[in-house]
This record gives sequence, structure tokens and C-alpha cells, in this order.
Amino acid sequence: MTDDAANQIKPSKLETPVAVEMVGMNKWYGDFHVLRDINLRVMGGERIVICGPSGSGKSTMIRCINRLEEHQSGRVVVDGVELTNDLKKIDEVRREVGMVFQHFNLFPHLTVLENCTLALIWVRKLPKKRADEIALHYLKRVKIPEQADKYPGQLSGGQQQRVAIARALCMSPKIMLFDEPTSALDPEMVKEVLDTMVQLAEDGMTMLVVTHEMGFARQVASRVVFMDEGQIVEANVPEEFFAHPQHERTKLFLSQILR
Amino acid sequence: MTIAEGDLAVTEIAFVRRAQIPPQPPPVAMTGALGWLRANLLSTPFNIVLTIIIALLLIWAIPELLKFLLIDAVWSGADRDACREIVQHRPIGACWPFVYERAAYFVYGSYPIPLRWRVNVFFAMLAIGVAWLLWLNAPRRDLGAIYFFVVLPIGSFILLHGFPAIGLPVVDTVLWGGVLVTIVLASVGIVVSLPVGIVLALGRRSPKPAVRLFSVIFIEFVRGVPLITVLFMASVMLPLFVPQQYEPDKLLRAMIGIALFASAYMAEVVRAGLQAIPRGQYEGAMAVGLRYPQMMRLIILPQALKITIPNIVNTYIGLFKDTSLVLIIGIFDFLHTIEVARIDPKWATPVTSTTGYAVAAVFYLIFCYGMSRYARAMEARLAASDKR
Repeated sequence: MTDDAANQIKPSKLETPVAVEMVGMNKWYGDFHVLRDINLRVMGGERIVICGPSGSGKSTMIRCINRLEEHQSGRVVVDGVELTNDLKKIDEVRREVGMVFQHFNLFPHLTVLENCTLALIWVRKLPKKRADEIALHYLKRVKIPEQADKYPGQLSGGQQQRVAIARALCMSPKIMLFDEPTSALDPEMVKEVLDTMVQLAEDGMTMLVVTHEMGFARQVASRVVFMDEGQIVEANVPEEFFAHPQHERTKLFLSQILR
Repeated sequence: MTIAEGDLAVTEIAFVRRAQIPPQPPPVAMTGALGWLRANLLSTPFNIVLTIIIALLLIWAIPELLKFLLIDAVWSGADRDACREIVQHRPIGACWPFVYERAAYFVYGSYPIPLRWRVNVFFAMLAIGVAWLLWLNAPRRDLGAIYFFVVLPIGSFILLHGFPAIGLPVVDTVLWGGVLVTIVLASVGIVVSLPVGIVLALGRRSPKPAVRLFSVIFIEFVRGVPLITVLFMASVMLPLFVPQQYEPDKLLRAMIGIALFASAYMAEVVRAGLQAIPRGQYEGAMAVGLRYPQMMRLIILPQALKITIPNIVNTYIGLFKDTSLVLIIGIFDFLHTIEVARIDPKWATPVTSTTGYAVAAVFYLIFCYGMSRYARAMEARLAASDKR
């Protein structure tokens, strides 16, 4: 593989121009109405940053996109596939959508390399040798190929999160979901993870990122979505969002996190 | 003027370290035999008292035990007279000639003497299978698994029960006995209970209510009943419902009873392990696109079983010893053969029973301690991924 190819992550092409579409989506936990009438259309190549106070439903919303959470009404369509109880559809979507979690969720009993090759071997049904090549390529891409044979527990938080990103990228996803990827990291580790994400954004990946890193939002977001009490309160391009927030709740939130 | 490095912190408001402090050896009292004694045996007054009590117990028990088993023991003789104080005019310990003479009975029960080679071949086959499977660096462990789970059960059945078509006359299971029966019952229980237990545990956590209900009823029912009751049910009640010609073999019934009983316990052990796996592991597995069976087999169960190894082995050890309960329904397991032999008038002496039970104790201890040691080694090996 040439150096050029090694430094680029070509996102797989979407089938439709619209990557994710949520229409009138509602979700309840028992009696609690967590997501209220969510309408959001994400075009291919867009980078959406979702922010808001804790408990506002940000994570729940992006977890509905790969059906880690089930919505009760409305529609969620991911690259032309509508999510229903149909397991085939769910599998199809999960194969094409990568996810990075706050607590990494790496598999502690497998080495870094095995973490990355697992889905290639069992979901994509690739031979082990080919899977190893792909995994090493992406580990190189997140700058930790030398850790391939270690176990996740032996790595720092930042390294673990980069492994998690590599694990998701191995499946050549069309869309990447990030659920507070830097919130559980020591301050010294945040930058290395954000740099990887910036690189990914520059390569044209469609991304939905739940984060409080407003610097990251300014730098890469095509739109910033602000949520409160299960609703989308405001969404705008970052320049406008930060300079001229419209809703009172947004103003309050920004005044509290941007000091 | 020079100031010692350590003084800077107290003498000046601003402090910059100019020299690294090199690592130094720990104080003598922390290392060596003396350090070990202090840390482990004499660390608190309570520990000192415990140490003294245990030392006294050992001083009291060990010489008595050695005296009985070795020093005063009788090593040869033809019948009970060799082991009687009145005849020998000396203190008598263990009566070993009794054990030599009945050793074959303890191992094979009443299995016909000319056919006992079949049992020996079975023991050898089992030993190979166990070694192949338990030795983690053994070559071709996949073949080992096929051998253990397919070839061995079929082969053992043909060998032990007999297969007239190939010239092996049938040996009725009422003649089986001793170590043979104990090993057969325990192996079947051990091999069956883990997979069945896993299935039941998964069933109990299934989102499907029917599956969950079945698992809960099975587990709670079997756990709520003593093993002896299960065995009685199998041997006494079953014949009342089933016509005689269809009645399954008594040993087989005991086997099924023990296996199901162990499975119910195993299910709860495995469930505890499953519950200890954080939700993030399920989500991580689902997010990369694994389906439920793959997720369970590749991600959840390996981790859940690893943390439950001590409990799984605990259940196995319990199961191994519980096999001795089949004595109640007239199956001649190892302990039952000792029970029968010790009341044989030919060897009736005051020490015969004690000798027999000592043999039983050593036998069960070797097997249970072996399982325990193996599990420890396995835990240590699997702990590689726990380095944090």
C-alpha cells in the first residue's frame, strides 16, 4: 500500500444523498419522554456536532441511528434503509455505521488487533490475513500500530479511544457516530483523539458527534445542533451558532460553557 | 552557600527540583523470611493468636495422622488377624492389606474380571482426552475437542456397556462399580452441565417471555429439590409411570438426574457472570455489527466464563462429591464399594472402617484439589488481559 493511500481514509460512498433522516421521532423510557419530535436531516459528508446539557437526550438520539436504542414513533432512515424491528435492516445499518463510545467499549479479552479484526472476520467474512492487513492499516492511521498485540487494558485512555476509532473504521463505515468520545479522557489525552477526528472530517466522513469540545465544533462542524429536554432547540452553522445564538436556552448554555 | 535539596520546600516560597531522588531499597524489615513472617503471620494481635492456634492444631493433628497412616500401620497380612490388636499385641494403625486385597473391587466394582481390560482402556482414553483438552498448548486442540465430545462418549459406551456385534459382550450396568462409576457419573455431569447451564442462563436473561419462563421454572424447580429427591424420583417414581420394557437403565437415570441437577446450579453461576459484564460490551459488539449468537460466543461468554471460573469449579467439585449420593439408590460408586468392603467379616477389625474412609478421603481430595489447582492456573493465564 502506498503512503498516500495509508494516510487517507476514503469513506465508503453512500447509496443516497441523505445519510441520516429522522422525522417526527419520539422515544420514551417508561413514562419519561426522552426524545420529543426529533427532525434532523444529515446530508452525506456533513459533520454534525450535537451539544446540550446532560440528560438532554443527545446520546439517546444518536444511539437511535444504529438502533442501540429503539424509537417508538416517527421514522429513522439511514442511507435509505428505514429502521424497524426487522433484524435484517438493523444488521444492514450497523454494518455501515461505525460508533465510538465515551467509555471506548473495547473488548478487554482480545488484543488491540483482534478488537479491530473481529467484525471483519465475523461480519464481513474476510480471511484472517486480509483482516489483519486492514486492521494494521487503520491502526497505523490512528498512529498506534506498535500497540497491536497489547490488550486494551495496557493502553492509556487516549490510545484506547484511538483503537476504538480504528475498530469502527475497519468496517469502512459510511457514517460515524461519536458519543462523547473525549469526556472520559484525561485532559492530556483529549488532543490526540480530537486530531484523529479532525483528520477523519477532512477526509470527508459523514459524522455525528456528541461532544462538549466547542473548539472542535468551531473547527470542523458543518452544523451545530443544540438539544435540551429531549428536543432540538437550535441548529445552525457554527459561526452563527456561537456568534448569534437565538434561543434563550442556547444563550444560557453557551454562557456557561464558554467562559 | 549550599542548602540541602529537601530544605528548599520549607525555606523558600518558590521551589524547583534540581536533582531527581534515586530509588532506594526498602527497609530490611519488609523483605526476606523475617519480613514475610511479620507481614503474613504476625501482623496484628489477632493474627498472632490465629497463628498460634493453627500451629497448635497442626502439632496436635499431624503426628496422630502419621502415626495412624504410616508408623502403626499394618502393611501385609492375609485376613483380619493381621490388623487386630489382640492378636498382634501392638497398637494398630491403618490396615493396608485390606485395601490391597479389595483395590480391584474399589476400582471396578463387580465388573467381570476377564473384561476389566475394557475399563482400563476407558480410563486411558479418558486420561488422553482430559489431558488433550486441559493442556492449553497441546497440538490440534480442535481435534482434541472432537475426540473428547464425540469419539470418547461413543467409544466409552461401546467399550463399557458392550457391543455384541463386534464381539464385546454386554456388561449390565448393575455390575459396574467403584471408581469407574464415580468417574462416569462425574464426567457426564461435568461435560453436560456447562453447556446446558449456559443455555439456561441465557434463557433466563432472554427477552422472550416463554423462554425465560421455562428457564426460570426449570432452574428454580431443580434447585429447590435436594439431589437425593431427584435421584429417588428417577429410580423409584419413574418405573411407576413407564412400562418395564421401556424403563431406562438405572445408572443412566442417575446420570441424567445428576447432570440436570448440576446444570441448574451451573445456570445460576453463569448468570452471575453474565450480569457482571457491563452493558458497554454488548453495545460495542452490536455496534460493530455482530449478531446475538456471535456477540454471546465471541464477546460476552468468554468474559463471563472467565470471571466465573472459580464458581464453575466450585460447582464441579460439589458435583464430584455429590455423585456419592447414588449409594442411596443402590448404585455401587466408589464410596459405596468401600461401604460394602468395610463390613466384610473377613476384614472386620476396629480399624477397617477408618482405613477405608481414609482411602476415600484421599481419593476425593486428589480429584477435587486437582480441579482446584487447574482452575487457579487457568485464572492466572487468563488474567493476562486484566493488566491495567
